[in-house]
Amino acid sequence: MARLKTIARRTFLIGSAAIAGGVAFGYYRLRQDPPNPLLKGLKAGEAAITPYVRVDAKGVTLITPRADKGQGSYSIQAHLIAEELDVDPHKVRLDPGPPSPAYFNSRVMDDSLPFSTIDDGMMARGARGGGEVLSRVLGMQITGGSSTVPDGYQKLRMAGAVARETLKEAAARRSGVSRSQLKTKDGQVILPDGKSLTYAELAVEAAQLAPVTDVTLRPEQEWRYIGKKMRRIDIVAKSTGTQQYGIDIRPDRIVYATLRTNPGMGGTIKRYDASSAEKMRGVKKIVPIKDGVGVIADNTWRAFQAAAAIKIEWNDPPYPADSAGMWKVLENSFSKDQQDSRLRNDGDVDKALAGSSKPIEAEYRTPYLAHAPLEPMNAVVLYTKERLDIWTGTQIPVFLQGHAAKLTRLPEEKIYVHAQPMGGSFGARLDDTYALQAIELAMAMEGVPVKMIWSREENMAHDYPRPIQLSRAKGTVRDGMVESMSIDVAGQSMGASWFNRLQAPVPPGPDTSSVNGIWDQPFAIPNFRVTGYRAKEMVPVSPWRSVGASGNGFHHASFLDELIHAAGADPMAELIRLCNHEPSKKVLHALQEISDWKGSRIGDQRARGVALILAFGVPMAQIVEVSDTPQGIKIDKVFAVCDVGRVLDPVNFEAQMRGGIIWALGHAMNCELTYENFAPIQTNFHLFEAMRFHQVPQIVVKGLELGGDVRGIGEPPVPPAAPALANAIFALTGKRVRELPLNKSVTFA
Amino acid sequence: MQLIVNSMRYDLDVEPEMPLLWVLRDELGITGPKYGCGAGLCGACTVHIEGEAVRSCSINAGEVRGSITTIEGLGTPANPHIVQQAWIEHQVAQCGYCQSGQMMTAAAFLSKTPDPSDSQIADAMDGNLCRCGTYTRIHSAVRTAAQMVRGK
Repeated sequence: MARLKTIARRTFLIGSAAIAGGVAFGYYRLRQDPPNPLLKGLKAGEAAITPYVRVDAKGVTLITPRADKGQGSYSIQAHLIAEELDVDPHKVRLDPGPPSPAYFNSRVMDDSLPFSTIDDGMMARGARGGGEVLSRVLGMQITGGSSTVPDGYQKLRMAGAVARETLKEAAARRSGVSRSQLKTKDGQVILPDGKSLTYAELAVEAAQLAPVTDVTLRPEQEWRYIGKKMRRIDIVAKSTGTQQYGIDIRPDRIVYATLRTNPGMGGTIKRYDASSAEKMRGVKKIVPIKDGVGVIADNTWRAFQAAAAIKIEWNDPPYPADSAGMWKVLENSFSKDQQDSRLRNDGDVDKALAGSSKPIEAEYRTPYLAHAPLEPMNAVVLYTKERLDIWTGTQIPVFLQGHAAKLTRLPEEKIYVHAQPMGGSFGARLDDTYALQAIELAMAMEGVPVKMIWSREENMAHDYPRPIQLSRAKGTVRDGMVESMSIDVAGQSMGASWFNRLQAPVPPGPDTSSVNGIWDQPFAIPNFRVTGYRAKEMVPVSPWRSVGASGNGFHHASFLDELIHAAGADPMAELIRLCNHEPSKKVLHALQEISDWKGSRIGDQRARGVALILAFGVPMAQIVEVSDTPQGIKIDKVFAVCDVGRVLDPVNFEAQMRGGIIWALGHAMNCELTYENFAPIQTNFHLFEAMRFHQVPQIVVKGLELGGDVRGIGEPPVPPAAPALANAIFALTGKRVRELPLNKSVTFA
Repeated sequence: MQLIVNSMRYDLDVEPEMPLLWVLRDELGITGPKYGCGAGLCGACTVHIEGEAVRSCSINAGEVRGSITTIEGLGTPANPHIVQQAWIEHQVAQCGYCQSGQMMTAAAFLSKTPDPSDSQIADAMDGNLCRCGTYTRIHSAVRTAAQMVRGK
């Protein structure tokens, strides 16, 4: 009972803390915060002040529960805590922490709601609050949706402040000086006489205290880190080959494994013959697993060789065998009974279309796309009858823990997930199939750590890609202006496919990811209708960097550009005229200025395209400039402007902007997954190249800080790049390309 | 079989056809070279053999003639190579998984071409994929490293 009381008392009482400016944080909380997971297993002399700060005799450890896939989340989380805690984030230890509902993501559901992320109306705010409650109740410790910063911007600083004041209180009790007279600096409490006590020295006393929660966040004039150029915590390790990823973990007595599952994802295995494989050098065990078979050996390459030598017959998965058949499913989905949503219906589209002698009609297509992070999926697992240890990169540690408990029949508290830095993800590690497969193999090797690695070929075939989407668009223009636009979109539900795999309740209502990037765009087209149609599930799919808007942005911003050209208007001027969201309008004006926009043609050989997509609450406008060369179309320059409320780290802001644009342009140029006999034809990077070094344009970026909500920047740069490129190609060649990848229609230099 | 890696001599009992990458990673525990594609398409596994940049996933251990240098042998956090210093200065890495290979390619290139043109840099680096899209910073870092090489 005493223990229970202690936990309740030390529960992180963030809800009662105040924020500078007087805004109460957490007034909408419907339930008590989950208990601080660090208190469990705390050793003597260790203090866990909030779920984010652990102090012991050796110093301070900051807990950074949002996964680092390369986007710099460990670094920004550490800097946000350090801003208030007064420690140098380069001099403390970082730990991603255990999976815990305490690390639920309050903002990850924002983009799944049928309200625009910029809608500040009562219904939208209510739904967002509901999303937060849902995330809290489900303990959704998820990294995704560019939500690390929006979720942590106040919460992590508050944790730092609570920890600082608690350490000061410990110092006050020891020194007899009141807390208000104490200061903190670089991991120390400074007494009025200049003497200092390190945080490490105060750990024992701090552990006895209830966290001090009457704290006020510092005003921005006092910030040391936020808004200034930060140095990534991992930059030296990643520049010297010493950064350890999940794939590099090597516990003693390790064995190596790989596997093959049905290349038609979701299909099962009929039979296999491993008689020659099991005789190969180094092979320890052949293990049947769900939908496939694994090989455990003494070396990864030997495991790869043996896996390739197994003869396997597969059962067909329940969807068409090839891309033509898959597109046919979408083509047949535009029916009343398959209508899933109509989230926008302004004016009277039918009347506008009927009143026009020349309505414009077009069909847009975006392909299945693999995430294909460079580090293939892998996990190291050690299974015993008492506990399970998993070392792997994951964006969903709480789900993985739950799934692992079911699989092993061990209680959840005996499942230890050791989250690792990732060699990219782009959404791939929002699934945990690879880790569960590694557990199946490790269960056949009790007491021996097993490192399972997917071959690149296995990875390409089992990537849970972005879904294909098909749009049928109609519109009219009048008096040099866009008058109406109707977009019907058919796609399989990403949400249903992914949430079902997570064994989580599929969010009720329409599948917003099928229409995000279209219905929620900030344009006051007088007659504007967006209708979503739900196709039946085919290839299992998942979120891909920038999710629904990644493909839909191409459909929307390309067709809008078609209408603008048909109206004879200037693309930039017409976007600005139509825009009905002040920050978006400011973004367009800033883009016009930094690019010195003077129309979409620049002489005979050069042209520009422009697009604005608002996603994850960030209006992002881009201009792509192309030229005609004897080798083909060359992308010369990109201008990109957005508003993220506030740029927390200019160095990483620029990196994410440029990286996101290169990601988007590269995939738009030459990437797709096309299917034959249920499996993608693209088995490795020779058929899935994206952008190579020689194709990289000059990229000019600018972040406006208009003072609204602080937003993440990992995903927003992606959606407008493809349509801006296609719009530039139209301006250059007169050819409107309506299907990605663009290299099916044009040649790139 | 004998291999010399980062100035250390190793006696190994492996099949000559085992790719060098897996000898380094699984037999010797040298994990700086990364597995990305297994087919010489991405460059994440790049090492030096007698100063030449080589894809370690695509050369069999039995074919190696000469001494091997991996990213661990190029420099260390305490004593980074010029190329690594430039990578740190420009904060090139995002996920960082490809960067060992990028730096090994850049180091071999700059040792032969200390005053490269932009198009020479692009040609040299074109075979190394970066899924995060750090190419603009790689370009800046190669430029900075080249200046440092020449300034020595």
